[in-house]
Amino acid sequence: MSAFNAIDSDREVERDDYTPGIEPQATWCPGCGDFGVLKALKGAMADLGKSPEEILLVTGIGCSGKLSSYFESYGFHTIHGRALPIARAAKLANPDLEVVAAGGDGDGYGIGGNHFVHTARENHDITYIVFNNEIFGLTKGQTSPTSPMGHKSKTQPHGSAKAPIRPMSSSLTAGSSYVARTAAVNPNQAQEILVEAIEHNGFSHIDFLTQCPTWNKDAKQYVPYIDVQENEDYEFDVSDRKEASEMMYESESALYEGEVLTGRFYHAPDRPSYGEEKRAVGEMPDEPLVERYHDDSYEWERSYDLLDVHK
Amino acid sequence: MTEELAWRIAGGSGDGIDSTSQNFAKALMRSGLHVFTHRHYPSRIRGGHTYVEVRADEEPVESRGDGYNFLLALGDSFARNPKEEAYYGNEEVKPLAENLDELREGGVIVYDEGLVDPSEVPDFEERVEENDWHVYPLDLRGLAREKGREVMRNTAGVGATAALLDYELQHIEDLMADAMSGEVLETNLDILEIAYESVQDREFTHDLRAPEGSHDEEQVLLSGSNAIAYGALDEGCRFIAGYPMTPWTEVFTLMTQHLPKVGGISEQVEDEIAAAALAIGASHAGVKAMSGSSGGGFALMSEPLGLAEMTETPVVLIEAMRAGPSTGMPTKPEQGDLEHVLYTSQGDSTRVVLAPANVKEAYDQTRAAFRIAYDYQIPAIVLYDQKLSGELRNVDESFFDREPSPDLGSTLSEDEIAEAAHHASGKFQRFQHEPEDGSNVSPRSLPGQEGGRYLATGNEHTPEGHISEDPRNRVAQMERRLGKLEDIRDDLDAEYDHQTYHGPEDADYGILTFGSHQGTVHEAVDRLNADGHGVKSIGVSDLMPLAEREVTEFLESVDEALVVEMNATGQFRGLIQRELGRFGPKMNSLLKYNGEPFEPHEIVEGLETIAEGDEPAPTTRFVPAAGD
Ligand SMILES: Cc1ncc(C[n+]2csc(CCOP(=O)(O)OP(=O)(O)O)c2C)c(N)n1
Ligand code: SF4
Repeated sequence: MSAFNAIDSDREVERDDYTPGIEPQATWCPGCGDFGVLKALKGAMADLGKSPEEILLVTGIGCSGKLSSYFESYGFHTIHGRALPIARAAKLANPDLEVVAAGGDGDGYGIGGNHFVHTARENHDITYIVFNNEIFGLTKGQTSPTSPMGHKSKTQPHGSAKAPIRPMSSSLTAGSSYVARTAAVNPNQAQEILVEAIEHNGFSHIDFLTQCPTWNKDAKQYVPYIDVQENEDYEFDVSDRKEASEMMYESESALYEGEVLTGRFYHAPDRPSYGEEKRAVGEMPDEPLVERYHDDSYEWERSYDLLDVHK
Repeated sequence: MTEELAWRIAGGSGDGIDSTSQNFAKALMRSGLHVFTHRHYPSRIRGGHTYVEVRADEEPVESRGDGYNFLLALGDSFARNPKEEAYYGNEEVKPLAENLDELREGGVIVYDEGLVDPSEVPDFEERVEENDWHVYPLDLRGLAREKGREVMRNTAGVGATAALLDYELQHIEDLMADAMSGEVLETNLDILEIAYESVQDREFTHDLRAPEGSHDEEQVLLSGSNAIAYGALDEGCRFIAGYPMTPWTEVFTLMTQHLPKVGGISEQVEDEIAAAALAIGASHAGVKAMSGSSGGGFALMSEPLGLAEMTETPVVLIEAMRAGPSTGMPTKPEQGDLEHVLYTSQGDSTRVVLAPANVKEAYDQTRAAFRIAYDYQIPAIVLYDQKLSGELRNVDESFFDREPSPDLGSTLSEDEIAEAAHHASGKFQRFQHEPEDGSNVSPRSLPGQEGGRYLATGNEHTPEGHISEDPRNRVAQMERRLGKLEDIRDDLDAEYDHQTYHGPEDADYGILTFGSHQGTVHEAVDRLNADGHGVKSIGVSDLMPLAEREVTEFLESVDEALVVEMNATGQFRGLIQRELGRFGPKMNSLLKYNGEPFEPHEIVEGLETIAEGDEPAPTTRFVPAAGD
């Protein structure tokens, strides 16, 4: 172990270890689904025995982006839509970190859509939680990429003419190796899924349904939900892309009709993560790059020894 | 003394002009000469007129100079593609016709008879006579075809060049043997030889001969972009993220080639916002990281750049300017992004901008940029341009014989964190209002370190990293971040002096410039002084924080000044006026923005304009001092 790496994985941790000195009530409205995500994340990390030091939580901008303020760990509250590129570089630089990225549906599927597609495609070993409340919360209720067609808001007064994005289908197509949907109203399932997603080696994407009672009164649509894994009507092979894709399609079509299916939709446990692929082709060192800066015995290469082609 | 050689090879883009000239330049360097190359190419991959100049002398060469004295006109093979003729038109005379204006009196012309018909060049005969040019038509294509393949006519051209200059073929043969092998090498050597011989028995009418020189030590031939990459590597940079854009790509590709060899990581990503964000993410995690782009791509980085400022994440960004606005002229140099780089992103700028002038400075200042970024937790930008990016120069190899310094600057070890300031809840104070050592830098911890947990956020934040709009906290944090710039200014004064002076100290006239034109300015200054003008120059590299003291002293010491820069609105002059708040009536602008770098004579004429009221060169624009 290098002088740098102090992570002690055997330490006992409890839920409360992830509670910083400040309270989310300061910014989140009463009844907001974001509380559910925070609770599930704390529970999942405690289940996994992760110490706050070894977690880097990278968030975007939105009510959802404030997650990092209320979760005690190393945190990076970044800019709107850009959590993923920051998170994945941190993971490449220090693969020992448990890197979780989070943001809203506007943040992740709108402004950050490009990064979402490419992070999924590359299968970085990080977990990505998208708070899907079908609305822009922080900027006061504008239509988001997941708002249903016909949805009226100040920016779409005639009702949206756009079909909502299909987050899970897009994610699968882009290349995610773990895709699930869960809901803030179902904390137990949410916690289980988070544990599985964080443990998964590869890009895990969770479309996390959250209600926004302040700007999206239709949030009640998330109740009741059906857990696909618990219901015999929905039998499918979660590791089969085609079957998973059909299930996602069905679920995403039904969502706006009031039937909410949640659970694990796709899980490819054997696909190597991007870091592993990169190592395999010789583009990444075996040891975490960060450690080298703390290793006094490391002999740094000099450009002087690389100049041959210029002679 | 033998006359210097300024050799221009011209042909179609995609015809291998670039590699041929690089090899020739390298051969000249190896045989003891100092070299400098200037590259002119159109924004397309194949076809279109292109040329490269190689200037070689026994003395060090700092610029492309004025004009040239040897033209090798190869013809444009792509223009002759019958299928594409409709689009390209009949361009084959261009490598001859387009290059004659700058050919010096008494110069030598070799053209490919197989591809170029001089009777189509307007007034060719008259011009040859008038300028005392010496013309050698050669069937280079025929020679190449006979011995190998038509494309190897470049080699034939170089062989002929060597014969005409009385330059030892062995130098070129050695280089070829290093670069290729097998049949390709054999064929090239054959072509080289017969071309050499085909010229040898002719009667020469010209006097131009290759100068001779000898270096005391081993040389390397590098571009500004190459030097930036090596500076970054020696400073311990092991992470780069980028998206291709000319000319920044040259830094990116060299780093990508070397990083895996030294256990580093290079990432080509989806766009420049991501590229800069990745560099920030890697740096946040504790690696020395960089990104960069050219104008349009840098525009996208504006947003993450602000994040690095607010979160005080060290990062180095490279900006390789090309002519704008927008996509502008992708392969042409300009210095029009200066203001963009200084002020882009929301809020008050807290960043460092350094502008190297040449290959050596590109190396040194990239290292300085990393050192400042990691010591002061601030983004540092290396600003240069397409000219410096592509020009090759020989440098003593020993120049690069330096110690690496991978130090992470103001980053704490775990033991130090244990002693550091923590707030009541036990949280590490990452952003203290008044750091204990009296500086404006609050040391950072790294994710994974025991006891150092904090939140980095692009929102204004308290010492612990909590989002805050408290007015007192806001002012304290703003002042500390801005205060770093003042500290850096002092540090730059004390430890580094990036400004370059040239000419007699007591001169009446001053020339101010920044970036890649310093070499050209030096040449102009020498000529002006030889002509009896008292002129000196300052090349300013520290743009933010501006080298206030140095620029002030310089401007105070002269009667009148000329500010030379490659853009249409005088952005550098504007910066000086804005920062110093005076000297407006002393500063005249000499501007060029046609996509071509300055030549020394234009600067000479510019200075004469203020000294004697002469007209500046038609390719430049002269803006008199404010108040005139
Ligand atoms: C570049 C940029 N554009 C716009 C904004 C303004 N903005 C802040 S949050 C937000 C939308 C948030 O919606 P969502 O991502 O769905 O998150 P929620 O607030 O619903 O959790 C917008 C548009 C910004 N901060 N930055
Ligand atoms: S606006 Fe909506 S999303 Fe934001 S805190 Fe309130 S309820 Fe939650």
